[in-house]
Amino acid sequence: MSKITFILNNKVVSTTQHPTVRLIDVLREEFDYTGVKEGCGEGECGACSVLLNDRLVNSCLVPLGTVHDQKIMTIEGLSETPQGKLLIESYSKEGAVQCGFCTPGMLMASHSLLNEIPNPTDLEIKIGLSGNLCRCTGYNMIVNAVRRASKEGVGLW
Amino acid sequence: MKDISKTIKKVDSDDKSSGKSKYISDYKMENMLHAITVRSKHQKAKIIKRTYPVLKEGYYIIDHTDIPGVNFVKMIFDDMPVFAENEVNYYLEPIALVVGPDKEEVLEIVNSIEIAYEIQIPTYEYTNSVINYNFTKGNIEKAKKESESEIEYTYNTPYQEQLYIEPQGMIGYFENNQVTLVGSIQCPYYVKAAVVSILDSEEDYIRVKQATVGGAFGGKEEFPSLIACHLAIAVHKIKKSVKLIYEREEDMETTTKRHPATIKLKAYMKDNKILGISSNVGIDAGAYIGLSGVVLSRALIAATGVYTIDNLAVNGDVFITNTVPNGAFRGFGAPQMLFAIEMFIHHIAKDINVEPLTLRQSYLAKQNDSTSTTGTFRDPIIMPEMLEKALKESDFIRKEKEYKQENSLKGIGMSWFLHGCGFTGSGEATHINAVVKLEKDKNDLVTILIAAVDMGQGVKTTMRKIVSNILDIPIENVIYNHPDTNLVPDSGPTVASRTIMIVGGLVARAAKQLKENWIDRNYQIFTEKYKQPSYIKWDEDNFRGDAYPAYSWGINIVEVEIDKNTYEVTVKEGWSVYDVGKAIDEQIIIGQADGGQLQGIGYGYMEVMKAVDGKIQQKNVTDYIIPTSVDAPILHTYLIDNPYPLGPYGAKGAGELTLVGGAPAVALAIEHAIGKKVTKIPVTPEYIMELMSNE
Repeated sequence: MSKITFILNNKVVSTTQHPTVRLIDVLREEFDYTGVKEGCGEGECGACSVLLNDRLVNSCLVPLGTVHDQKIMTIEGLSETPQGKLLIESYSKEGAVQCGFCTPGMLMASHSLLNEIPNPTDLEIKIGLSGNLCRCTGYNMIVNAVRRASKEGVGLW
Repeated sequence: MKDISKTIKKVDSDDKSSGKSKYISDYKMENMLHAITVRSKHQKAKIIKRTYPVLKEGYYIIDHTDIPGVNFVKMIFDDMPVFAENEVNYYLEPIALVVGPDKEEVLEIVNSIEIAYEIQIPTYEYTNSVINYNFTKGNIEKAKKESESEIEYTYNTPYQEQLYIEPQGMIGYFENNQVTLVGSIQCPYYVKAAVVSILDSEEDYIRVKQATVGGAFGGKEEFPSLIACHLAIAVHKIKKSVKLIYEREEDMETTTKRHPATIKLKAYMKDNKILGISSNVGIDAGAYIGLSGVVLSRALIAATGVYTIDNLAVNGDVFITNTVPNGAFRGFGAPQMLFAIEMFIHHIAKDINVEPLTLRQSYLAKQNDSTSTTGTFRDPIIMPEMLEKALKESDFIRKEKEYKQENSLKGIGMSWFLHGCGFTGSGEATHINAVVKLEKDKNDLVTILIAAVDMGQGVKTTMRKIVSNILDIPIENVIYNHPDTNLVPDSGPTVASRTIMIVGGLVARAAKQLKENWIDRNYQIFTEKYKQPSYIKWDEDNFRGDAYPAYSWGINIVEVEIDKNTYEVTVKEGWSVYDVGKAIDEQIIIGQADGGQLQGIGYGYMEVMKAVDGKIQQKNVTDYIIPTSVDAPILHTYLIDNPYPLGPYGAKGAGELTLVGGAPAVALAIEHAIGKKVTKIPVTPEYIMELMSNE
């Protein structure tokens, strides 16, 4: 069976799994990146968000084959970066984490948004996070956390 | 003295954000088997014959014949089987469990099982009452006789899906001669009791542990006991580790939801005064009773909301239908009733041409007033102060007048509500009898030993904060691990907004004991047990007396704008004021408030779930729509201290309260915008169109 090779959290990895296997399953089961969560399996809740070449995608909708020779970053990778660390701290300071199941995906979306718009308005933050469902927080504290990260992280994004 | 409410860093925030926290689907064990549930294809039928395929080695079919104990999920009523035997009563009712190493093969076995049914006629109407509760206050007959007119409305509330983002799941394994279950659960000891009963085993044969819980909202109160029983029977039989994780569709189609309700209210009026109210409540239990009786009683006790009405007749029924069983959901019967009573007080005001705010104020309960069940509101009620704050911050009165005159579909609505804290009646004393322990090791590290679960509401932080504040030691020196029934006493379930007030109160007492008796570098342990305050008197049979030890109070104000062409509702902004006694951590309570209110608002205008022919139609988040970040309004939340003498630092219940007012506030805002009476939720564009075209 042919190998699929890709860059996962800055490391070159390869797998012999079938190209039609969902990326989320490979990340969670083979590479043990369980920060990638499955909430719906339909690309609607965003809990499985990862970056594919710096673009936010739902890893439950990505067939493994499409990531060959591409770059994937999960929350485990993001949390080691200065941007990830600042987001973790901002979420904590603003009280934006409750059950936490949506949070890794929410952080990936926050990072992706700030990559595109380093100084977003509140509406831009809300739109940037609208593909990630949260049932605990009512989103206000999450929006505050992204605003805080944007202000405190001048130059990071 | 430091103010306990001052926010500290949440202890689990960083691990959750960085993906390190282990939720149940993240657990891995050697040779873990997969399990898939075999389910009924009919809503009501007799099972005539089962044909199971010949199984390969290592694959198993577990069903009712494997149950050593009695085939019921131990709850309040023994009516729900763990596996259906001779009949099924709802679509997708569990019949068996297939277990094996390869998930695809397990699924193939599930699909190849043949079950012959004799189909029967299902019921979806509210005709089969299995529980009736009724009570009166004052003299309703006299009120009726003296009245000059009657005002009557019927209100309808729908299903609501908890939609925790983490679906239900559990793993089971056999270790040290124990069937061990780890799960996404609210109530470790409920699970344990159910499994002990189904296996007919000794207590110490069963161990239940909590994994990090990815949201629950009541949905992981009693439902996980069913999954636990399925798994435990399998683990007991084959002595291997088994994983049972629901996918979203299975979760939404087969797990408990908020009970749909029909509430008929009639007011007896004279000289623009309400002499009495009679209430008639019907809730849909689904196929089995489960917790429905307790849900009904909480709804009935909330019959007058925050108002004092002297004469009452309250009647309620639990109806059985051939649909998925309903169960616990944040608010537990109160959201249905509070929606009805808040709309009703408004509709009465309109019908008698009185300002709704004036009518509300004239019936608002005061300290020492008699409750709906002839108990007493013993503690100070600070609603007038809360109202002043809410009106000022939202500019309610000006907006209320202006929006009415403007030619736009803007509206503002206000709800008042309360929530009884803890178990109904004397449940704490008669059913739970909470025990907590506080243990200090030789290094002076203090461990909180309780069965309470952090499901996002922050008790990992608040419990430690209580102990570290009382002992005046760093919070890092206080340990509170996920509960494990091998290690912690039964401090009761994580439900009913009881965790801080009741369990936290006992933990605080144990901490005070430890402080008074502290010996450096010594092992010490202190135990506290719940004692019901002697002044609480509750007659469960007649619904008479103090239904709750304390009440938390709230006001929600919500502003909406409706599109003139599509009738799409935008919730613009929200203001809330709460009396939760005293916040153990201000940010945590505001987080509860924001989330609870949005869940309540979603229930009021957005979330549509229906059963057609006994089948749930909304099976995923693509068709069951909950608020996203774009739908969420800015929420301004204010807390006013009103310490409750028996709560830790004066804290009362908070978690459920914050959901209860959302639906009536948004429904009243929409009613204000369109000038038509709203009598059901969710107030969807389709319903608004219907109201607008009924001139």
